[in-house]
Amino acid sequence: MNELIKQIEKEYQKESVPEFEVGDTVDVHVKIIEGEKERIQIFSGVVVSRKHSGTRAMFTVRRIVQGEGVERVFPLHAPSIVEIQVKRQARVRRSKLYYLRDRTGKGARLRERRYVSSKKTE
Amino acid sequence: MITSILGRKVGMTQIFDAVGNMVPVTVVEAGPCVISQVKTAQSDGYEALQLAFSDKKAKHTTKPLLGHFGKSGSTPKAFVREVPSDGEPHEAGDKVTVEIFADVHHIDVTGTSKGKGFAGVVKRWHFAGQPATHGAMGLRVPGSIGQSAYPSRVLKGTRMGGHMGDARVTIRGQELVRIDAERNLLFIKGQVPGADGGFVMVTKSPEWVAKRKKQTFTTQAS
Repeated sequence: MNELIKQIEKEYQKESVPEFEVGDTVDVHVKIIEGEKERIQIFSGVVVSRKHSGTRAMFTVRRIVQGEGVERVFPLHAPSIVEIQVKRQARVRRSKLYYLRDRTGKGARLRERRYVSSKKTE
Repeated sequence: MITSILGRKVGMTQIFDAVGNMVPVTVVEAGPCVISQVKTAQSDGYEALQLAFSDKKAKHTTKPLLGHFGKSGSTPKAFVREVPSDGEPHEAGDKVTVEIFADVHHIDVTGTSKGKGFAGVVKRWHFAGQPATHGAMGLRVPGSIGQSAYPSRVLKGTRMGGHMGDARVTIRGQELVRIDAERNLLFIKGQVPGADGGFVMVTKSPEWVAKRKKQTFTTQAS
């Protein structure tokens, strides 16, 4: 990729993004503008996918609302995302947890991970 | 005020606007251009300005052109275009920068499209081609190109296969998302004709084009 394009993309990336992985349960704080007012909405659920890199990095959060599965895709570097809090970490064996779509209740549980991931200790 | 500038297409990316929507943009490195010649009614019969952009080596420049650029005190340039005069006095050797677009929202971009070589009728004219099954043999052929008794010839302008692309293309009314005067960059929403690294001319859209276009991104957080 062109050096200049790389530089420009860097300007639109956040300086630091919270560390989280696929399988983690997160609270995503989204800034919502309603006319003149601004408020923060929290979308919490399981991260089922992370893809792309740089400015285009996206992640998908899945939650169950009134018995119906809802997935929301966020751009990682979007200025409307104020905060991402990791609530719970889980041990998963795949990079995309799309199989959760076909499961409900007990089958959709993920094994909790209480140890600190090796990535973080580096 | 001069309303055109010459530049080079850098490439495409995505940026966030003021409320956080993703906007696809093409980055164009525009100017600084040098005015290499001022044409006047007395000497040339009409008023115009000649803009030049992008240095090239003197050894790659013909002697007549070296003399021409020498007159304006500029180094030899690779991309030269004439733009209509704006009626204001300009001297050969003056610079034109992206600041001319400071309060411009819509622009026309002219470039040379990517060459596609000899293209068939399906790619070049969006013909549907023939069925793939039921005994059809043609697939991507044009089918009939005329009638036999009358006119008994192929009408001029009938769409057929042939060379596609590598032609001058202008896209009108493109949105200018951001101007970076420090690095001489224009951020244009959407695509711009030609390959990355190709030369383009960026012009302020005429009023009748600009008023038809709406702004589709947000510049200020409300």
